[in-house]
Amino acid sequence: MVRLNINGKDHDVDVDPNTPLLWAIRENVGLTGTKYGCGIAQCGACTVHLDGVATRSCSFPASAAVGKKIVTIEGLAQNGVLHKVQKAWVEHDVPQCGYCQSGMIMAVAELLKNKPKPTDADIDREITNICRCGTFQQVRAAIHAAANA
Amino acid sequence: MNFVPKMNRRSFFVGTAAVGGGMALGLDFGVGPNVVRAADGSPEVGVWVVIRPDNTTVIRIARSEMGQGTLTGLAQLVAEELECDWSKVTTEYPTPGESVARKRAWGAFSTGGSRGIRESEKYVREGGAAARMMLVQAAANEWKVPASECTASNSTVKHSSGKTLTYGKLAEAAAKLELPKEIKLKDPKDWKIAGKPLLRLDTPDKVIGKTEYGIDVKVPGMLNASIKQCPVFGGKVKGYDAAKVEKMPGVKKVVQVGDNAVAVVADTFWHAKTALDALPIQWDTAGNEKVDSASIAKFLETGLDPDQPAFVGNQNGDIKAAIAGAAKKVEAVYSYPYQNHAPMEPMNATALVTADKCEVWCGTQDGEAAFAAAVSASGLPANKVDVHKVMLGGGFGRRGRVDYVIQAVSIAKQMPGTPVKLLWTREEDMQHCFYHPITQCKMVGTFDKDNNLTGLHMRISGQSILATVFPARMENGKDPVTFQGLNPTGETAFGYSVPNLLIDHAMRNPHVPAGFWRGVNVNHNAIYVESFMDELAHSIGVDALEFRRKLMTKHPKHLAVLNAVAEKIGWGKPLPPGHHLGLSQMMGFGSYVAGAAEVSVEGDKIKIHRIVGATDPGFAVNPAQIDRQVAGSFVYGLSALFYGEITIKDGAVEQGNFDTYNSMRIAEMPKVESIIMPSGHTPWGGVGEPTILVAAPAVLNAYFRATGKRIRSFPLKNHNLQIA
Repeated sequence: MVRLNINGKDHDVDVDPNTPLLWAIRENVGLTGTKYGCGIAQCGACTVHLDGVATRSCSFPASAAVGKKIVTIEGLAQNGVLHKVQKAWVEHDVPQCGYCQSGMIMAVAELLKNKPKPTDADIDREITNICRCGTFQQVRAAIHAAANA
Repeated sequence: MNFVPKMNRRSFFVGTAAVGGGMALGLDFGVGPNVVRAADGSPEVGVWVVIRPDNTTVIRIARSEMGQGTLTGLAQLVAEELECDWSKVTTEYPTPGESVARKRAWGAFSTGGSRGIRESEKYVREGGAAARMMLVQAAANEWKVPASECTASNSTVKHSSGKTLTYGKLAEAAAKLELPKEIKLKDPKDWKIAGKPLLRLDTPDKVIGKTEYGIDVKVPGMLNASIKQCPVFGGKVKGYDAAKVEKMPGVKKVVQVGDNAVAVVADTFWHAKTALDALPIQWDTAGNEKVDSASIAKFLETGLDPDQPAFVGNQNGDIKAAIAGAAKKVEAVYSYPYQNHAPMEPMNATALVTADKCEVWCGTQDGEAAFAAAVSASGLPANKVDVHKVMLGGGFGRRGRVDYVIQAVSIAKQMPGTPVKLLWTREEDMQHCFYHPITQCKMVGTFDKDNNLTGLHMRISGQSILATVFPARMENGKDPVTFQGLNPTGETAFGYSVPNLLIDHAMRNPHVPAGFWRGVNVNHNAIYVESFMDELAHSIGVDALEFRRKLMTKHPKHLAVLNAVAEKIGWGKPLPPGHHLGLSQMMGFGSYVAGAAEVSVEGDKIKIHRIVGATDPGFAVNPAQIDRQVAGSFVYGLSALFYGEITIKDGAVEQGNFDTYNSMRIAEMPKVESIIMPSGHTPWGGVGEPTILVAAPAVLNAYFRATGKRIRSFPLKNHNLQIA
């Protein structure tokens, strides 16, 4: 049993301590906005925030998240108001299939927290999520728009 | 946004005369048959439109949304003719079972070959127009005035006297009317909703994690399954030791799936996967364990011999005479590897099978194929089976296959009454695909003494997709899909006139399954043709654009897109030092497309400064979404060019995940400028795939101009080349 604080709420989750956080979130807690893409921290579809740090939850044991504040895509909006990254994503119509976008948005939200006005080089270095639909051109435009919002 | 159908199946069997869609059926207006209702009680006004009392319009979408924007585009076409308030439009998927029960009321569900919009545009527009006409007639009846005195706009019917009624108030009466006999569609010049760069309908749920994909489906009491298929294609399960894992946490059952796979069913996927990893399985590899990439390459090489029998795809003049009499001959051999689609969401499906019911929930590019698979795998009659479609986490052709649906039903059938979700790992997905087919190609071009191109022989040797996936569609052994982009006429017509031409295919089918892919055969065909066009031009010292133009005088639409990209990229104009340009053109999926790239090369690094892509799809339903498909196509096409390769060792795929099958990231994404130039041609062209095919040759031709090196085998990582 591990106690996970997800989006401000405690969940007592009956999993083996080595279970990846991704599966604890998706299967035991039932929040499915965080996606499985590779299981080896390559693609970033499973990105969540752990105490504000973007983390690939598919390769992070659930037990190591105990005592940390976990935020998933479902918890990014506050009091029903979209995060500025989500707003920019809607305005720029970024997602295509959308499957990778939860992770992409979580990665970008952290980037903007650390670098409120990222350059293209910052984006290139920090955003390494895979998107097979190829939304990158819209992702870049929306990041700059969110930074200037 | 709600993708889960809300219709009440018991209502489908009433009023069948009214459910032919806005197509051929229709009688004079009058009191019609019984009203068909959605589950919330709102009436259908024709099969494509449901109008709720609050004036919300629900538009039925039969084709699948997988990111390409078809759902929004089709809704725009219906809404345009319906004259409804776009801000109150929502969509839903009818299920294939409902469609079958209603005599295929919604037509084809198949969503591949960039056909989602272009193949259904006419009947969905007619469906919208029919509903509008019925609503107008209902208002006219209410007011006892001729319908000709009434107009419709923004979900409201207005009489010339100024009286108005909303669609929400008219829907009940309209639903009782017969479909109109004659439907006149708007001139696209008058479009107000279609043709506009509207935002997608499915975006808001996607940015908050609310959209339901197959992997997210939850059914009460559901268990989870993880599957392992024989790593060697064509192999079978010999045995497995279930007792070794049955006591592991959460495990409910170990089952064989078909003759080539074993699955563990557990309370959670993680428990199922953990147990499956520990399960000893023995395989019968059927002799295919001796096959590897080198033996496949050798097998394909035999087909390059011009004396080997081959299926002819395009032919004119006498290529043998042209070769015999040539003043100059240019030859080159190219090859293209197996590639995986690698959609972000691995294959999955959820199924529930009882004694008298089978239900499936999944993302699929072809609801009807998934339905047929569920009927067959469950052994139940069609009216006891249905498939609920959800959003696809990418398709690219992979989800046109139904192997994962058959597996899910097979597993659920062994757990009667318990819903089971089958989810593949990424590794399983990488190693059990229907791959982009493998081919080699020998190109021979001939010139006369005045450097006129007199002949072209393109010999493709390699795999047929239809031989794997639709053998019944082969034509006396020939696979016509092989000649995408190379045909004499039609939706993938060759854009060059050569006096003596032969394009033929020596079929060589290794044991690795092949399937449709984004673009697929046009991808390698475009690389072969467009690289070689540059080779031919270079061999006689002629500008690559001028060389093509001379061969394209009878192909004005091919030429128009080529000229457009050449002009925008600045062909023939001064460039920054070290920058070089490359061009390509091809026709695919009914659209004329061309690409131009500006690159510079430093050592092993290729910097793509600009990409220009032009497309003429005939009509542009949503230019903003076309722009995104063009940009996305270049990402997919350049990922394939630089990284995409599946190799075979001991009969099995060597790659397992994105660490060995890489995909382009944002840092590598070149700036893509799209030119959308619809010329009004019919039939319409598609947009999801066509521009992928000009991505690679444009870059390869620019790379040659930068370095003098011609690359003829792929991906570029095998030449130690990287995207800067």
